[in-house]
This record gives sequence, structure tokens and C-alpha cells, in this order.
Amino acid sequence: MTCAACQSRVQRTLQKQPGVNDATVNLMMHDATITFNPRTTSPGTLVEVIRDTGYGASLASGDETAFDEQATRDRASAEEYRELRFKAIVSGIIGVLAMVLSMPLMSQLAGGAMMPVADPFMRWTMTVLDPALRSATPWLYVLPPMAVSWLLLLLTAGVMAWAGLHFYTRAWAAFRHHAADMNTLVAVGTGAAFLYSAVATVTPGFFLRRGVAPDVYYEAVVLIIALILTGNMFEARAKTQTSSALRALVNLQPKTARVLRRDVETDIGVELVSADDTVIVRPGERVPVDGEILSGESAINESMLTGESMPVAKKPGDRVIGGTVNGTGAFRFRATTLGADSMLAQIVRLMRDAQGSRAPIQRLADRVSGIFVPVVLSLAVATFVIWFIAADTAPAVRAFTAAVAVLIIACPCAMGLAVPTAVMVATGKGAELGVLIKGGEALQRAGDVNTIVLDKTGTVTEGRPTVTDVLPVPEGAYADRGDDLLSLVASLETRSEHPLADAIVRYAQERDLRISEPDAFASQTGRGAVGVVRGVGVIVGNAALMAESAVQALSMRDAADRLASDGKTPMYVAIDGTLAALIAVSDPIKDSSRAAIAQLRALGLEVVMLTGDNERTARAVARAAGIDRVVAGVLPAGKVREIERLQRAGNVVAMVGDGINDAPALAKADVGMAIGTGTDVAIDAADVVLMRGDLRTAAHAIALSRRTMRTMKQNLFWAFVYNVVGIPIAAGVLYPALGLLLSPILASAAMAFSSVSVVANSLRLRRARLT
Amino acid sequence: MTGLEWFVLTSGIGAIALINWYFFVAPARAVVAIATGGAASEITITVDGGYNPPHVRVPAGRPVRLIFDRRDTGSCSEEVVFPDFGIRKYLPTGQKTVVEVTPPAAGRYSFMCGMSMLRGTVEAV
Repeated sequence: MTCAACQSRVQRTLQKQPGVNDATVNLMMHDATITFNPRTTSPGTLVEVIRDTGYGASLASGDETAFDEQATRDRASAEEYRELRFKAIVSGIIGVLAMVLSMPLMSQLAGGAMMPVADPFMRWTMTVLDPALRSATPWLYVLPPMAVSWLLLLLTAGVMAWAGLHFYTRAWAAFRHHAADMNTLVAVGTGAAFLYSAVATVTPGFFLRRGVAPDVYYEAVVLIIALILTGNMFEARAKTQTSSALRALVNLQPKTARVLRRDVETDIGVELVSADDTVIVRPGERVPVDGEILSGESAINESMLTGESMPVAKKPGDRVIGGTVNGTGAFRFRATTLGADSMLAQIVRLMRDAQGSRAPIQRLADRVSGIFVPVVLSLAVATFVIWFIAADTAPAVRAFTAAVAVLIIACPCAMGLAVPTAVMVATGKGAELGVLIKGGEALQRAGDVNTIVLDKTGTVTEGRPTVTDVLPVPEGAYADRGDDLLSLVASLETRSEHPLADAIVRYAQERDLRISEPDAFASQTGRGAVGVVRGVGVIVGNAALMAESAVQALSMRDAADRLASDGKTPMYVAIDGTLAALIAVSDPIKDSSRAAIAQLRALGLEVVMLTGDNERTARAVARAAGIDRVVAGVLPAGKVREIERLQRAGNVVAMVGDGINDAPALAKADVGMAIGTGTDVAIDAADVVLMRGDLRTAAHAIALSRRTMRTMKQNLFWAFVYNVVGIPIAAGVLYPALGLLLSPILASAAMAFSSVSVVANSLRLRRARLT
Repeated sequence: MTGLEWFVLTSGIGAIALINWYFFVAPARAVVAIATGGAASEITITVDGGYNPPHVRVPAGRPVRLIFDRRDTGSCSEEVVFPDFGIRKYLPTGQKTVVEVTPPAAGRYSFMCGMSMLRGTVEAV
């Protein structure tokens, strides 16, 4: 597609298709945005339509871009790695050769300029390598020095123009933009060493006339390039590993799906599956897309998405998630969410965004790296000047080596890698555990949390309350008509969305009681419900609602207190203004909650439970779960206030709850942790999404964040200290006191090691034990 | 001090001044590209050892499509990061990659490479 005419042709063709509401083709971006009715047409059909016009087209839905992008990146980094390795090995070999060839040249100067040799590496070459070579290859020492110099000049120029070329081109490109990076330092350092040596080789008289030894540094140039390439090579490999968790997720996406089309099973590309297609999954296969089981049963391994190690039993009506692995059963399901909306694509997107985010702790590093390279260049110049003026013997040679060493040892990369690599590894590790952390900032705040607030229903407890007791008022109108009473209450509660109401309706349905539409209904938030069923006035709710409605409830208060002490929630029922019964509902504590709360406390966290329940019930549940602090009777708005109160007291508060009812509280907390509701993982209010209802993952999230913060601080400390200590040593500050100097070759080895060690330290997070 | 030493000292000071001028003072006068136009303004930024133009001026509160055209192969420039918008995007070499941002209010929003070596700003007015 090259011209505006083609663009409008494709656009018009698309717009004419049945089911297409709107189509825009962008010539510059080579993309088309199409709004269509999925019942009439499909992306696959539209791609075919464009191909029929004679132009190429393929789908670029959000998820495909994510998957493709990862593949492109991996290809690019694998190629980079191979290229770096080849160049590093070849230039390393040439470097050693250059070193051997340089020995005779060096020893000629050894009597004067190089003594005393202060650098450990140079001392080794002089005291060990030189005598060894003298006895092994004496012919080297009779070669004419001029010839050797010229040979070295050519070898070095070759290495620079081939293996080191990108340092110079990139440094130049950055320079043109008034920018400077690692390449600038390498290019200036090696370039200066090469120029100095080349002048010494071509016109040695230039130096001799000024009383400067015509020394050459060819072996240093080649070895610096070889060592930095080696460092870059390890760094490239390690950086790839930091995103291994994301890659594993991307690879979960099956390429094809078996769907039923006109009663025939057909294998099609998964991007061609449409909503409401019937998909067939055989034992051991991967579920291709999200959906709802129509027929068949199986146990599905969802560990890759939720961290849940046990297979989850599924029956008709249950949801299945694309990317999970079917067990031994076979089933058919109806495809629901597809493409960019699928759970896997959402998780991948979330993780990609998280890995792209920055932690606030990085700001300092950012500020330093912005000015780092020009500052180092200035320091190198200053080093040259000071040595040139201060050194007694061979000032130019010493000034020059020290300045080059300063350029080469400085490592801005370690600072740039310190925080992002840790964020990438940590978010990946989190995903493996079933914890999606939404970014560096969330990670950093979660590391500082000292108080964790748990919502009771659905977080500490199962969140599926069931009716345990129905106690009619003795001698009352419904004393032996429990079912009639339940039928009235359940009818009223069909209109309520409260989980307790749901429990009563289910209980009535299980007993096949008559449920009718209420004539009137009013929900009293946090207290209960009032209405009229079949001409009878019904009030269901707590003691406060009874008092408000002028219902005399004293007679059942002891019974209610007893039920509450057992951790059950008692509800009063009044019929036509007279107390008729107590209904108790209980929500069992999750098996994992006790252990989770013990883990949270072991992390030194203050654990607080918030609930709308009455004080007694809440206390009983908290006692059973091992929680000390309970705030009971809070309305949804009260949760936000309670979190504010904790924050005002100087606490850093994490809140764990569901993503819907608790959204305001999650947003208010320093770290909001939402319990994933199955398919919706992109819960906006949350900083952290716990992929399964297991509260232990909240403890994992906090432990992981703390561990990650430690890694980031270690990395930053190392990166700063390395430069703050390394640069002055290279400049020679230790020379007056200890006689210690660094050769540029040792400096380049230190620099290569520095950035690799930062990435390696981040990778250690992958094996961190969090329990 | 000898004449040569005086020469080295003064040229050293001169070189340091020049380096700092070139990298810190001169870039402030770099080109500013101004985006105008209708619903979504578009600006192409060439990535080749740096961002060109490094500063773009856009209307606040409206979406802007920044088209990054990456020409170089250095691993430093392979990602572009917009910390204020939580965006980190991989830029394949030889391709145009779109980053769409909506600056919520007037102000300067910086973007940078994955290692904060190359920098640019989006100025919303």
C-alpha cells in the first residue's frame, strides 16, 4: 500500500462489507481500524476481504501484538547475543596476540617510561609474561620494532572497524544529539589510545622532539573492546532471562483451536475463533480460548495462571481459561472472551505494563545517569592535566593511561540496569506465584507496608455464606411454620444483592419453597431489607433495623448473641411489625486463611479485619482465624475512613478485598490487593491482583516486594559505589599513598563485570524463598 | 611550570568547559516540534542515537500519537519509557512504533530510553 488512492480503495471496500460499521485505513502506519458487528462478520473474513483487493493484511489485535512483539524481541536479542559472542571471541584472540606482539616493544621502554610499573596487570606482564616469552619465543624479540608496530596498527584498526564499529557509530549518533552514553566513553577512551599509538607509530619523531616516549597501546585497545563486548554479551543473555516469566506466559497461548462448524470438527487458528463458537478440548490438550463449559467434565490445571497447584474440577456452566491444561476428561465449551480481552492477554498486558513501569527509587539513578557521561569526560580531562603537571617521570604516558582508565572504568549501565531488571524479575516471579503486581511503584509501596487490612467476607472467609439456623420466636405466629416464614423472607431477598440475602434465597430454593416477586422492596444499606411479599410486610435485618422499625426484638437477643459468639451472623425477621424469627447465616473461614494470617504476622505486619458484621460475629471469626484487631459494623464508606485513620497514625496500609465492593478502600490504601474474580484481572483500583482466593498469596506479595526492594538497594549501592570508588582509583588517587594504578585493560574488565553483576543480582530474585 | 604544562592546563580547562557547554547548555536550544491539528496530533520522532526532535510541544488534554521511527541498532535505544504514563515500549529497528499519550494538563513530560541515557520531552501547553 503506497498511495492515497490505494488507501481509499481498501477503505471503501471494507466499509461496504456487511456488518462493518466503520473502517479507517492509515497509509502512514499501514494499519486499519475497523468497527464491526461480530455476529455478522469476523476479523478473519475482513482480512480475506483486504487480501482480495490485492493487498497484504494480517490481524494485529492487542494480544497478537504482545505475542509477536515478544517473539521479535527474542529473535533480536538472540541474534545480538550470537553476534556479540562471535565478536568478543575473535577480538579476544586478536587481543592476546597483540599483547604477545607488544611485549618486545614494552620491554624496550621498560627501562625508562614504564618504571615503576604500578598497575597489577602490567606488573604481571613485566615480571611473568615477558621472561616466559623471552625463553619460549626468542625470535619475537629480534623482530624490527617498527614492523611490529605497523602490524599492530593494522590489526587494531581492523578490530575497531569490525567488532568495535558500533561503539563509534552510536557514540557519534548520540553526540550529534548532544547526548552521551556508554558508547561515548568506550569510543573516546579507545579512540584516544588508538590515535596516540598511531601517531607514535607513523611519526615517532613528533613525540620524541617533545621529550615524550612514543609508546603504543594497541593491545589495550583490542582487549578493552574484547572485554566490553564480553560484558555486553553476558548482559544481553541475562537481560533476556529477566523476562523469562513473561515469555512463559506468552507461550501458553495455543496456536490452534478445534471448533464445531456446521457439525464438523475443524482445526482453525485461534485468532479466527469467534464468540459463541463451540470449542472441543480433548484430554491433555491446552484450552485454546476463554469460555464456559457446555458439556463434559474434567479437572483443569490452572497453575500457570493462578499459581494453584491442584487441578480444578470443572462441570457444565463453569468457566475455563485459555492457556490452561486440560486433565483426563474431554469437554465442549462455548467461547466467550477472545483476543485482547482474554484473561491470558490481559495478564500478559498487565505484566508488560508492570515491567515497563518505574519504581520511584529509580529517580536518583535517573538524575545521576543523565549527567554521568559528561561529568566522567570532564574528570578524564582533569586527570590528564593533573598527572601531566604532577608526574616527575614520563608525564604524558602516565597522564594518558590514567585518563583512558577513567573513561573506561566508568559504568553508567550498572545504574541504568539496577532497578528495571529487579522490577522485571520480581513481577515475573510474582506471576508464577499467582500474584500480579502492577508496577514498580506498587512493588516499592508494598515493600513498606506495616499494616494489612483484610475484608472478612470472601477474603478471610469463603464468601459463600450458608443458612445454619432458623429459630422462630417460641409461641409466635410462625413457631411451627418455619417454611412459610422462609418462603416470605426468601421472596423479599431475591431483590437484594447482599451475599447474606443470597444465602437465604439459595437455602429456600434447595428446599423447593415457593418464591414470589415482592410487591415492594427497599434495601437498607448495611442494615437489611424492608418490603411487602404477598401482601405481608416483611423486615429482615440487624437489631438496629428492628429498633428503627419499632419492632420489639428483646426476646431473641440472647439467642442472637449466642449465634454471634459462634461466628454466625444472626438476622431478625419481623412479619407485619412483629418479631417472628432469627435466621443465622455463617460464612466458613477458608482453609488457607489461618496459615496466611500466621505468615503475615511473621512478616511483622499488624493484621486488621474489617467487616460490616456485628461485633460478636466478627470477633468469633477473627479468633478462629488468628486475628487480634477487628473493626466491626463498618459500612462500605466506613472502610475508607478506617484506612484513612490507620494512615494518619503513620502506618503504610495494604488492603485486601474484592475488586468490586471494596474498590474505594483498595484505592485509598497505600497498596490495594484485589482478589481476582476469575476472569477480570484488570481491576483498576488494585495495585496487586491475587489470582486465586488464597490469602497466603498476599503474604507472598509483601515478602516478594520487600525482597525486591533489598535487591534494588543492593544494586543501586553497588552501581554507585563502584563508580564512586572505581573512577578515583583509575585516576590514580591511591598512587601517592599505595603506589596503586589501574591499567585501562583492568578498568575495562571491572566495567564489564560491574553491569553483569547487577543483572545477576536481580536474577537471584527468581530463586528467592518467600515462605 | 613549563610552557607545555601551562598549555596543557589551559586547554584542559577549556576542554572541560566545552564538554559541559555542549552536553548541558546547548541541548536546551534544540528544536521544538509543534503538533497541531484535529482530533489526534501526530509527530514522528526519529530514534538514531538520540531522539529527533527531542522536544515536542503538544496541546494539553488531547491525545497525541508519537511515532517513533527507530533507525539504529544499539540496545540502549531499544525501549522508550514514559514514566508519567507508565509506558515502556519496545521499538523494533527499522519500524515505526506508535506511542499514544494524553497529557492530562500543561507541563513537561519526559521520555527516555530504557536506561535513561537518551532523553526527550513532551511539553503540553
